[in-house]
Amino acid sequence: MGKEMFNSIKLKFISLFILILFLLFLPYIFSSSFALTLFCKMGVLIIFSVAYNMLLGQTGLLSFGHAIYFGLAGYASIHILAAINNSYLPSLPLVLLPFVGAIVGLILGVSIGYLSTKRLGTAFAMISLGFCELITALTLIFVVFFNGEDGIQADRVTGNDLFGLTYGPQSEVYYLILFWCIITVLIMYLLTKTPFGRMCNAVRDNQQRAEFIGYNVRKIRWIAFSLSATFAGAAGSLHAINYEHIGFESVSLVQSGMVLFMAYIGGIGNFLGPILGAISLTYLDTMLSDVTEAWVLYYGVIFVLVIAFAPQGISGIILMHSPILRNNPALLKKLITPYSIFLVSILLLTIGFTSIVELIHSIKSNHETLKFFWLSFNNKNILIWLALGLIMTSGVIASRKSFGLVKEKWNEVMEEIKLSLIK
Amino acid sequence: MSLEVLVFIIFNGLLYGMFLFMLSSGLTLIFGMMGILNFAHASFFMIGAYLGYQISENINFWIALIFAPMLVGIMGAMIEKYGLRNIHKYGHIAELLFTFGLFYIIEEMVQLIWGKTPVPYKVPEILNFPLIEISGMSYPAYSMFRLVISLLIFLAIYRVLAKTKTGLIIKASLTNPNMVAALGHNVPRVFSNVFGFGCALAGLAGVLAGNVIGTEPSMALLLGPIVFVVVVTGGLGSIKGALVASIIIGLIQTLTISMEYDLNSLINYLGFQIDINSTINHFTSLTLSQLSPIVPYILLIIVLIARPRGLFGKRDV
Repeated sequence: MGKEMFNSIKLKFISLFILILFLLFLPYIFSSSFALTLFCKMGVLIIFSVAYNMLLGQTGLLSFGHAIYFGLAGYASIHILAAINNSYLPSLPLVLLPFVGAIVGLILGVSIGYLSTKRLGTAFAMISLGFCELITALTLIFVVFFNGEDGIQADRVTGNDLFGLTYGPQSEVYYLILFWCIITVLIMYLLTKTPFGRMCNAVRDNQQRAEFIGYNVRKIRWIAFSLSATFAGAAGSLHAINYEHIGFESVSLVQSGMVLFMAYIGGIGNFLGPILGAISLTYLDTMLSDVTEAWVLYYGVIFVLVIAFAPQGISGIILMHSPILRNNPALLKKLITPYSIFLVSILLLTIGFTSIVELIHSIKSNHETLKFFWLSFNNKNILIWLALGLIMTSGVIASRKSFGLVKEKWNEVMEEIKLSLIK
Repeated sequence: MSLEVLVFIIFNGLLYGMFLFMLSSGLTLIFGMMGILNFAHASFFMIGAYLGYQISENINFWIALIFAPMLVGIMGAMIEKYGLRNIHKYGHIAELLFTFGLFYIIEEMVQLIWGKTPVPYKVPEILNFPLIEISGMSYPAYSMFRLVISLLIFLAIYRVLAKTKTGLIIKASLTNPNMVAALGHNVPRVFSNVFGFGCALAGLAGVLAGNVIGTEPSMALLLGPIVFVVVVTGGLGSIKGALVASIIIGLIQTLTISMEYDLNSLINYLGFQIDINSTINHFTSLTLSQLSPIVPYILLIIVLIARPRGLFGKRDV
């Protein structure tokens, strides 16, 4: 057993090392400024969503107000940057600025957490929503600190930083964010392995038993809340450095909802889930917002479908296959056919739905024709509407049927694995 | 404060409070009966407003007043039947998340169909005349009409829940679903109907209020959190509580919004002076009317922490 564990840890170290090496050379592989901006955004949101999942996934607390810590830490960082710009403050190495954000997050987390962790479940969610609306309203009231709807700007180039970095070019910011991303995610991962991390899970799963063993469940929730706010604060600081601007929308419900979407779609039951969610949704967000104006609608639809049909999220679905891989990888072949049928029907559904939405949109924006993928449609033609409706309905029916097929095959495979294990 | 101003404030507060009650009575029903905190409740209100606009544009207002809420109700019942019911097994948090997603979808759908700018939804001509005059301010007949309808809603729900067999079945379905099912009632359908009815109430509020507060895609986001404040403050499932909480919040908000007092005036009264150019002045010169948007949320937080069952609730949130 000891040797096996040692091997698995060694494997983890090696894969982590390769991953970091890959990330270090990423700007050389994708060197366009567009890609760099995207990576920076992903890095910030990875920290934020992993921090969020400390609360939602690990401790079982649903918060609608986590952007408070993200946004207010961002405001604090921007103010410090602006003070350095105007030489009110001595120059501070930029790499240390996320510490400031983390401290702001911690202070806020400890104080708001003290009030809100008294309750759990729906009541906790409501309290967090109340705080979110409260702070959003305050950002518009206290103009002197938040500057209303315009937000605040500052220059991140403060003179020569450590190692001669200036943070003028985006690639240097990329390495700053990468550095913080690796450190914070690693700390948060190690936290899940500590007794404290385990107690968080216990509080999530069975509060009464955790209480019975002699733990103060409220204190555990409070600590988890504060730590989560701390890391969210560090992410907010990096967000401010990355954009050199912060506005009231970064404390609002919209930002909180975004991180909730990321964590949930990625999968809250697994540490890698929020990372996966942050990467894929940031990518989708950047790609779709150029092509279509209805991307928030697609976001919402994906979110609702994940809740209804795959509450374990993307990472959960992937990890479901690990018992098959461990025991009898050959069985995966059985799943290929139902999976591909399912994917085709989902594709059909997606094409039907998105083209109908885009067609409606093209009417609203007074375009006669709509270019969709490589086709162009005329939105006055009733036949096209009928055809798209047909595609969508057949997509819905096919997906429902093939979802059943996938389930059936999946159960078969699972039965076989169980049988082989008994033998 | 003169008596005239006080009457003015009380009357406006009542009007606003009754509007809040109409908006949140449906959610109180849904939340109290089914335990589902419907994040998208204000979105159904918005759909009601848009349908009200569309129908009164094409036919007339009175048809809209009847059919728009019905359509919203059917929509709500469908969503319960094909969406929420499947998610019920994952718990209340998953239901809350589902309705949160729904909130986004409805907002985007509305933008897709009716555009991002407000639509010109007008008060019906027949009710657009000043009915009474209080302290120099005239009130149109339409606001009286809304006041009467919201009172009727309160009486109707209160009577149905407290005095009729339907109310009994609904209440029993929550506490003892198996027993009610064994007696031959279709419990899932009861839930669907309650959900649909709650949404229809929101839709009715939308038809009646959309032409006064303005029908635009952001109205759900603006009013959604206030609805929660009302429902939580009033107490779970208590229609009486929702009424009282609505009126209290309506009065507080109209009162604070009309008060131009700031901390400076208190400090001056105590005999001190604050330098107008100092940083502190930015905070002390904020008037109560500027701070009035945050009052409901402070109330929400205080109630949830100190008295989670609200004013008239029988159990905690």
